[in-house]
Formats: sequence, C-alpha cells, structure tokens
Amino acid sequence: MTDRPLAATGPRIAAGLDARAASPQVLTTELAARGYIVDDALAMTVFLALRMQRPVFLEGAPGVGKTLLASVLAEVFETRLIRLSCYEGLDLAQAAYEWNYPRQLLALQAHGAAAGAPVDDLYREAFLMRRPLLQAIDASAERAPVLLIDEIDRADEEFESFLLELLGEFQITIPELGTLVARHRPIVVLTSNRTRDVHDALKRRCLYHWIDYPSFATELEIVRRKVPALSEQLRRRVVAFVQRLRREDLSKLPGAAETVDWAEALSHVTSAGAAALEPATVDATLGLLLKYHDDIERVRGAMTVSLLAESA
Amino acid sequence: MTGPGLGHDIVGFARALRDAGLPVGIAETESFAQALTWIDPLARRELYLAARATLVRRREDLAVFDELFAAFFGGPSPGRGQAAPLAPRHDPSRVFRTALVAYMAERVDPDAREVDVPEHEKAASAHELLQRKDFAACTPAELEAIARAMRELRLDVALRRSRRLVRSRRRGRLDLPRIVRDAARRGGRVLALAHRREKLRRRPLVVLADISGSMELYSRILLQFLHGVTQRHARTETFVFGTRLTRITPQLQIRRVDAALDHAAREIVDFAGGTRIGECLHAFDRLHARRVLGRGAVVLIISDGWDTGEPGPLAAEMRRLARRAHRIVWLNPLLGRPGYAPEVRGMAAALAHVDDFLPIHDLRSLHELARRLGQIPRRKGCVHAGRVVQASPGLAAIRARGVSYPRPSSSPGHGGEP
Repeated sequence: MTDRPLAATGPRIAAGLDARAASPQVLTTELAARGYIVDDALAMTVFLALRMQRPVFLEGAPGVGKTLLASVLAEVFETRLIRLSCYEGLDLAQAAYEWNYPRQLLALQAHGAAAGAPVDDLYREAFLMRRPLLQAIDASAERAPVLLIDEIDRADEEFESFLLELLGEFQITIPELGTLVARHRPIVVLTSNRTRDVHDALKRRCLYHWIDYPSFATELEIVRRKVPALSEQLRRRVVAFVQRLRREDLSKLPGAAETVDWAEALSHVTSAGAAALEPATVDATLGLLLKYHDDIERVRGAMTVSLLAESA
Repeated sequence: MTGPGLGHDIVGFARALRDAGLPVGIAETESFAQALTWIDPLARRELYLAARATLVRRREDLAVFDELFAAFFGGPSPGRGQAAPLAPRHDPSRVFRTALVAYMAERVDPDAREVDVPEHEKAASAHELLQRKDFAACTPAELEAIARAMRELRLDVALRRSRRLVRSRRRGRLDLPRIVRDAARRGGRVLALAHRREKLRRRPLVVLADISGSMELYSRILLQFLHGVTQRHARTETFVFGTRLTRITPQLQIRRVDAALDHAAREIVDFAGGTRIGECLHAFDRLHARRVLGRGAVVLIISDGWDTGEPGPLAAEMRRLARRAHRIVWLNPLLGRPGYAPEVRGMAAALAHVDDFLPIHDLRSLHELARRLGQIPRRKGCVHAGRVVQASPGLAAIRARGVSYPRPSSSPGHGGEP
C-alpha cells in the first residue's frame, strides 16, 4: 500500500506564508486590507496557529465573523477555501471520501461477464470521490488551502473522533488505498456556535479563541469599510446604538454582521445629509438587527427612543 | 531566546492554572513554550496573548486565567482586551461560589433523629410501605432505605432516530458500499442487498429542580435521585433553582454520592429560600437553553409551583421552553397529596405548556416516572401513547375543578422532530 501517487512526503508550509504571517501585526494589516478587522488577541491566536501549524478553534455568538475569517485568510494567502458545513449524521462518505458505487458496480458487471473477480481493481483512484477533507490534504495542490470546518457543534461525537486523526496528523487513512498525507498542511479553521460542548480531545489539538462582540472602535471600522456610503456621523450613531442594545436582555444579541446589514439598510433609507437616527426609522428596520419576535416587540417604541437618547 | 527564569515560570504558571482547575497538561505547556519562540516574551501583552491562545480552551476559564496571569507575571489583570460591555449574562466571571449551608449540615449525621421504623414488621410489607410513603414524612433511616432502592431504579429515556446511519438487517436505505464489497467477493454478482437505517439514540435529559424553602423536605432525596440519574444517563444536564439558577451537572458527575452532593451544595447559594421560577427559567433560556436543548431533549421540571413572582412572565418562559424541548414533564411532590389542585398561580400559568404532570413524592412515583420516560412519544406534543395511565388523584381533582390543562393549539413550529 505504499508509493501511491496520492501519498507524499511530510507536510511543509506554503511558500507565501512567511512574509504575510511575519508577525501578528503584519497579519492584522493583511486582514484589514481585505476588510476584516481583528483585535490583538485574535491576531495572536491566528498568527501562532499559522506558525505552529495548528488548527484554530473559534467559538462565539453567531454573526461575530467566525466563518468570515476563514474566507479572508484564503484571500490573504491567495489559496483555495475548502468548506465543510457540519450537520448531525455527517459521516466519512460526505466529509472525506466515497467510492463511486454505481461505477464500481458497472465495472464489476463488465468484468464479471468476462473472467474472475477483479477485486483490487475496484478500489482505484478513478473510482474515488473526493469530499472536502480529502481535497484539503490533496498532495497535487500547489499550496496549502484553507479548510473551514463550519459549525462543528452540529456534527455528532462520531465525526469528532474521526477528525482527530486528520487534525493531529493531517492524514486520512483509506483502508483500500493506504494513508494519504498532506504535502502542505492546510490552514484549518473550526467554528462552533456552542449549541453543545465539543469534546476536549478535539479542542486540545487546536488553538482556542472566543470571539467577543467587537468594541466600539473595531465595529466602527468594520462599518466604515463595509458601508462607505453611510456618513461618518450616522455611522457613529449606528454603532453606538448597537453597542448599547447589546447590554439589553435579549434572546439573541446582534452580531457585527447584523450591524453591517443594518447600516447598509439605513444607507438606503436615510437622506444623504442626515446626522441623527429617527426612532421611526429604527423601529421600521429593527428586523435587520433582531431576529426574534419577542426581542423586536420588546425594543420597538419606548425602548428605541430611550436607547437612542442614551447612545447619542 | 527564553532565559532560564522564564522556562521556570512557564512550568510554574501551568501548574498554577492546573491547580485552579484549568485543563492544562504537558502538551499545552509545550505549546506555550513553542509559542514563545515566535513572539517577544518580554512584551507583556504579547506574552499574555500567547499564553491565552495556547493554554485556554474554554471561555469560562478566561476570567480565572486573567487573574492568575496577573498574579504570576505581575501587573494589573489584563482583562478581556477591548471587549465591549455586555449584558450581565454574557459575563463569564460572574460565578457564584458563596459557601453554604445549614441544609447540608443536617446530612452530616443522619442518625441524629430518632428512628421509629417498627423493627418486627415483615420485610415485605415494610418494603411496600416504603414504596408509598411520602418522602416528606420519612425518617432519616427510611430515606437511607429509599436512597438504596433508588439506586436500583432503571431509567432509560426514550430513543430518538439520529441522522447517523448504521447497518440494518432488512429495512432502510440501500447500503451501496457493502453491496459493492460483497459483489466484488462474489465475482461481480449482486446476490443480496444490504441496508442501512438511522441509529437510535437516547434523548438528552434536562432537569430543572426547585430547591427553595417550600421544597425543603424533598430537595435532598431528589438530589440523590438526580445523582443516580446523572450517573446512569450520560446525557443529563441538571440545574437547581430558587431565586437564582445554578448548574450542578459537573458536581453530580462525581461518582460518590456524598462527595457529589457536598460539591453541589457548595455551588448552590439559595437552598431553602424563596422561588422565582419565571426568572430562573429566563436565566436558563438565556444562558443554557441553546447548548442543552438540542437533539430532542426531554425537560423535567421538579417544583411545587410556589412562585413569588408574577405568573405572566412564567407563562411566557414556559411557552419558549415548550418550543425548544421535545417534551416537558412537570413533577410536583404536592400532587401526591389527596385533594391537591394547582391553585398556586405559577403552577396554573405553567400547566398549559406541560406535556406530563406527575407526582414525585414517593418511590412508586419515581418508578412511574422512569416508565414514562421510556415511553415518550416520537412526535412532539402527543398525548402519552401506549397503556392508558391512571390519572393521579391530583390530576383528577384539577380536571374536576375545571382548571384548564390542554396543550396550546399547536402552531406550525410544534410538529415533528427538531
């Protein structure tokens, strides 16, 4: 089972990595240049993960940019983003590889008509269907891809234990073919919304980071980059309002993604010179910030007015 | 790059974290040391961030980590960086550890009270009596006997179909990988079809137990019961509440029951105080529901329904809970008393969203509970399937008095499996 074309020598870091990940500060600049603002804690975690060739495990509320980080990293390192979205029951066949059974059956029928059993012939690469995890360690790729394993908390424990081999050794064992080893270790980002606790053994292989809601300055910068059409004055009001709103007791607090959506919506409905937020406008667009009916009902009206006053 | 002093510090710091309960082993310590080769360890902020990235892997541990880092490497606590202020519920440092407890002191010496079990009674009838004796009326010795009997109680929560596939004899989808493998072995001919079906899993169990003053006579024995449940059913999450909600799952996972209850008691600050069920359910919804109510969870609420809060919010919280849980079972020790009806305002408000309303005051009722949990219907909101269960005296009384106990008209979100 050796000398398969897929298997290759030990992992090596991609050539372009060093310059762009020279320090946490350089990385911060590179990410910011593509519209992704990080604080120094996240910058350090990602920097160390790249240097130490370990996966990043990101936890945090929805909408704080966990998934986005992976795609921006792919841009920074000019490489492919391979995404695996998790769900309950996700198994090897959908995550790593699957044999092309219809073709195998056809081959069997064709051979069977002629001569003896062509067993070995059935499990060749021609019949192998590569799913995201196998693609991520594909030795023929020019450089290391970014592998995003999204919402790992939705997968079940069986899948987690399979991931251990991949994330520890960056290899996948296919019984019929042998062990395939990554030539370039992929940059791995795992995200979790924390709908359940992920097993410690998996977290141990990663560098962990909890993404908080952004600070005022960070969020202002995010909105500035994403919605340049909005005036600076209004932008400050928008971010101040959202920051104030996060101190309320709500079912689901708005993330930065919601702030950006809301700012974008406001840029369409407010006049160019507007400097203040009207309560009526806020109430009419609350659905972009809050995603639960109870929350909207709670905030709409009197609370909008008082929050606007407080955050002004 | 790293001076001899720093290497020493790393090991010491890792040990301090470990002593404080953070899962920091040799591998993490090595990671930290490795990280130091990439940063400037003399820059305090960089040192802090690198330590945090390599040594912390639970959000809850951040507060303790910050404290220890400050203590170990000097200077003020680095805090949570530039994080924005949030609603208090998002602050992980808010851990209550006030020591307790007059309540637990009682259990140190279970023989303190007089034992008045008649010694010459026949064993069988004593056993029978114990089955039906209200926990509240039991002597410490009887409670010990009941605790022993509880350990033998089997509690198999009903199964649900997960989305994972396993081999099946006959039914289900075709298992193509096996069909191909078998065919390859038989010279390319498909002689038999293999199948796969969904794997069955036990439903998670979430327990919310009232330990306020009015429940005092039941709290201890029920905690022992919950310890047993946690030991046998791996997917159990337990919370206790009075005026505030406390998660005691990790404490109940300790194998020895005495140690487990001692640890649990240390976490709980409001044994035998008042009750604010509505607010505690609210806290549950905000802090834990997302994490523990997935995958068709069954929720057990153990409370007599005495609530010092308003019934309106309680009803709203129950409605929210009913949307997320597969089934809500309310266990009320008072329901075992003849003539009891839930006139308690809180109870009445909550009942509209409860699937099963059962007593929990003696051993027999625990057996009944175990049986019910094993037979929870697959569909959400169904009336109990299988054998017709005798309505308890309490429930009959409620119905006679016309207290409404229907499920709310089912909204679209109600049907089917989550």
